[in-house]
Amino acid sequence: MKRLRGRVICRGKARGTALVSPAAIGFLGGVDPDTGVVIERKHPLSGQCVAGRILVFPTGKGSTVGSYTLYRLHKNRLAPAAIVNARSEAIVAVGAIISGIPMVDLVDLTQIHTGDRVSVDGEDVVIG
Amino acid sequence: MLAGSEGQVVRQAMEIVAALGKIYEAEELVVVGSAQIAGVSYKNLGEAGLEFLEEWASQGARVRVPAFANPAGMDLQRWREMGIRSDFARQQQRVVDALSSMGVQLTCTCTPYLVGHVPKAGEHVAWSESSAVSFANSILAARTNREGGPSALAAAITGRTAAYGLHVTEKRRPTHRVDVRCQLLNEADYGALGYLVGRQVCDGVPYLRLWPDLPLGEAGLRRPTQEQLMALGAALAASGAVALYHIEGVTPEADQWPGVVEQQGLRPGTSTGRAHDAKVQAESGARLTEITIGGLDEGYAALNSPLGEIDFVSLGCPHSTLEDLQRAALLLDGHRVRATLWITTSRAVRERAERQGVVARIEAAGGQVFADTCLVVAPVEELGFKAMATNSAKAAFYAPGLSSLQSRFGTLEQCIQTAIEGRWAGSRPGGMV
Repeated sequence: MKRLRGRVICRGKARGTALVSPAAIGFLGGVDPDTGVVIERKHPLSGQCVAGRILVFPTGKGSTVGSYTLYRLHKNRLAPAAIVNARSEAIVAVGAIISGIPMVDLVDLTQIHTGDRVSVDGEDVVIG
Repeated sequence: MLAGSEGQVVRQAMEIVAALGKIYEAEELVVVGSAQIAGVSYKNLGEAGLEFLEEWASQGARVRVPAFANPAGMDLQRWREMGIRSDFARQQQRVVDALSSMGVQLTCTCTPYLVGHVPKAGEHVAWSESSAVSFANSILAARTNREGGPSALAAAITGRTAAYGLHVTEKRRPTHRVDVRCQLLNEADYGALGYLVGRQVCDGVPYLRLWPDLPLGEAGLRRPTQEQLMALGAALAASGAVALYHIEGVTPEADQWPGVVEQQGLRPGTSTGRAHDAKVQAESGARLTEITIGGLDEGYAALNSPLGEIDFVSLGCPHSTLEDLQRAALLLDGHRVRATLWITTSRAVRERAERQGVVARIEAAGGQVFADTCLVVAPVEELGFKAMATNSAKAAFYAPGLSSLQSRFGTLEQCIQTAIEGRWAGSRPGGMV
């Protein structure tokens, strides 16, 4: 079991299986709000579903409307269980807060791999 | 508020403000005097944005400082005359109803400063529409970052924002000195200038020196008109992300940065309109990039598609002032437009123009004055227009992507003449295109 410590962007508890992206994620046009599947072509997570996963990616990108895409995923029960970033930015942060998705940043992402069982509780990220 | 003692929405709103403070390393929160809230058009919000606003509204969220809405996707009263579909109108109405129930005033304008919402110099505000942000910072010396829709609403609900970016004096320091070595005769010239400078400056803070001397204006002051400043700021924020600019001898904070002025060493006679990219050391020790604008032709060329026939003329981006409506009416008197002519403005300015008979004169010529909306946020792509003319560099910049429209860009006079003739009417005075 590994224990990492980050910075709370949206406080909350979640447990799930990690889905790790080496590339930034832009939610508007990047994730289908009605399926939860990453639809950005050539994205490392292309074709994967973010629903219920501990979604791990370096930072957000793209249109500010992306906050509402996250909110729509949440309303469709397809949101990630939690978001872990290296460095968070405003679009994803606002989207996570209005959707109540636990979110932590300033975490060493090299410690987390796709398939790991991860729990997030406030600033604590526990792997295994 | 974060503990949730004031309810779920206030807690969420406070979390947004606090999270932005963390992300941008703000040292404190500051009280805001007002909030201007973008993300009002259903075209941009979509179903998800509407659901979000309705959820906050249904939980009893209330703004605690004066808050006013950005333009919606339609004239809230005359949407049928615009050709808006009734299903769009229904969803748009739900958006403004949700905002209204939270206490947001339905000014639906990007020019709140024309209708009584004028922040004081030095006042912290949370505004979001890019040209309104630019005007508040640059011309009124208020302090605001360019807020997103939810973050401006969060600031309105909490009455606070995180003090980073342009809330901090040092971040208002010029990053670029722009020597403008061509004449600026009208609002289109200022728009073309804004387009050229914004493209090079990105999210920097340009300090402009206008040359040659500006003509003497009212009260003997050499300064651009309000409309020209609005056009400049809107264009700077469209091709770039400029939220604050200074103009030597014109804008209120320009003289706070003497190091920028004293620094000399320009190459005389350059006329390329490109940056020298000469990083030089200002007196303060801050790095400053020098740019010389020798002419506006490149800007006009980029904003003009080679269109002859024009079926849609759109004025009022940013929203028209009363003076612009009066100018348009004067040019239209005794004529009849062949193209569709929209002049977009705020509800309050439209009402003033109506009382003066100005709207009736424009309508007598076949033009339309719409309130609450504008070209950039209305679903114009669904209305079947083929070719647009506008006096707004911002509108010309956004129209191909947001409205699927190619455009002609020129002065208000050229645009009105174009509306009358149904063909692009004119080369720029003294220039090409």
